[in-house]
Amino acid sequence: MINDIWILATASLVAAACALVGVFLILRRQALMGDAISHSVLLGIVLAYLITDSRALPVMLGGAVLIGLLTAWLSDSLHRIGKLQNDASIGIVFTLFFAIGVILVSLYTGQIDLDQECILYGEIAFIPFDTLTIGGGGNIADGFEIGPRAFWSIAIVFMIVLISILITFHRLQTVAFHPNLALSLGINTVFWHYFLMTLVSMTTVASFDAVGAILVVALLVIPASSAYLVAKSLKGMLWSAIAYSQTSVAIGYTLAYQLDSAISASISVSAGLLLLLTILILEIQKKRTHNLQKAS
Amino acid sequence: MKKTATQNSPPPLMVSNLSMRYHHKPVLTDVSFQIPEGKTIAIVGPNGAGKSTLLKGIMGLEPTMGGEICFFGKPLTHKRLAIAYVPQREEIDWDFPINVFDVVLMGRHGQLKLWQRPSKIDKDIAKQALNDLNMWDFKDRQISELSGGQQQRVFLARALAQKARLYLMDEPFSGVDVSTEKAIIELFKKLKRQGKTIVCVHHDLNTVGEYFDWIIFINARLVAAGPVETVLTKDNLNKTYGGRLSLLNDLTEKMYRTQLNKAHDTD
Repeated sequence: MINDIWILATASLVAAACALVGVFLILRRQALMGDAISHSVLLGIVLAYLITDSRALPVMLGGAVLIGLLTAWLSDSLHRIGKLQNDASIGIVFTLFFAIGVILVSLYTGQIDLDQECILYGEIAFIPFDTLTIGGGGNIADGFEIGPRAFWSIAIVFMIVLISILITFHRLQTVAFHPNLALSLGINTVFWHYFLMTLVSMTTVASFDAVGAILVVALLVIPASSAYLVAKSLKGMLWSAIAYSQTSVAIGYTLAYQLDSAISASISVSAGLLLLLTILILEIQKKRTHNLQKAS
Repeated sequence: MKKTATQNSPPPLMVSNLSMRYHHKPVLTDVSFQIPEGKTIAIVGPNGAGKSTLLKGIMGLEPTMGGEICFFGKPLTHKRLAIAYVPQREEIDWDFPINVFDVVLMGRHGQLKLWQRPSKIDKDIAKQALNDLNMWDFKDRQISELSGGQQQRVFLARALAQKARLYLMDEPFSGVDVSTEKAIIELFKKLKRQGKTIVCVHHDLNTVGEYFDWIIFINARLVAAGPVETVLTKDNLNKTYGGRLSLLNDLTEKMYRTQLNKAHDTD
């Protein structure tokens, strides 16, 4: 029972953090960049672990942010200097990084507690078994257990994302709305681009244990897209994205429980179904108002 | 008294030897001019002449190959907020979830520090700007719910809220209805009375003499720049439009009128 609560809480925070940064990715038409970073952070995690031999959150975040920013910068350079298409350059860079990450994982399987399946899909059902302990002087049995590592990782990252957005809301809004206009107001759009990429990197690395590299994309893109369809303001879009993400978690978790299926996949499917439902309702509404106008 | 002050102070915009390229092809070559303060100035030329590119190069939004640009005698970075830029309507994502008031309030964000929220004064300035363009009643509308002319007015209100001294506008008259066109003309008059300077990319040769004090003719190079009375000549028009003017003139006139009617109908 207590395990269920940890799993649900972790899923809920992962979905919420992804929804918040996803909103800005969608508005800036950079959903693919979210996909890219969520894959290439694997290399960051593995490298950080191999170099420091530590799985502490700051180390993981540092590795992921570094590789995440490198992904963004390299794809942009490939696009500008190599004259390749924007989406092609993103695809080249992140798959390369991901592949190197996979090679490293298979080379050092003994040292890294990550298998290839876990990288791709995550396994949220197992997170309660990997807990954090404080105190006890290195002896786990004497320490005080504070709950799953994955929960605390995403809880801290969620707070970072939330506070960042609260403080920089207007800048992010202006830059997303019209980069040239932002530039003309003296706003450094390049800085804000990499700022957003930093948030995406941190969110994906903290979501990694729970949902893996593929399904995190679903949580980044789908709730924010549903919100884009219904929202009339940026604040409204952020709130709706949160609402969509939490509803997906609730439905997905129930579904997984009933069918005894994978939790994170069920959550992603629910998010997709909610998006379809939203499109359907909006279409029906449009038809209805159209007919009303015709009638009058 | 005021006149001598204007003459002594540096011009709002001075461009010297500006060259720009797009994908290795030269778009603008060696363009130099300076403009007087407190006037309305049109940048005129055929399609693909580099008018919008010139405006973007001036604003530092696209890279330049060479040349120097001074605003009130200083480089752009020293005078940013004194210059308000109004992008072309086609370059704006009208489906973006934002309402009219928040767009206009963006005009104030350049003045605010990162952690600062718009104050009562900022909001009053934004309100005044919307009132000046008769758009206050629409303040809570999402921008996708507006007509073309209303959208243009919102962006002009945003520029107004910036309280700039120089306004650079990319085709503010394109695709707007008659009432918006009138509103823009009124706005120009009002800004001029306050000593502000307005530079517009303008498409319509039929109205250029009526709406503007000054013209800059561009066709990949500078053809002529000066007061309407002296530069709006057949010779300059021929040089800019390369002899196809009569045909072009009729065509733009026709297109303009149909567009105007269309815009008017939907309003």
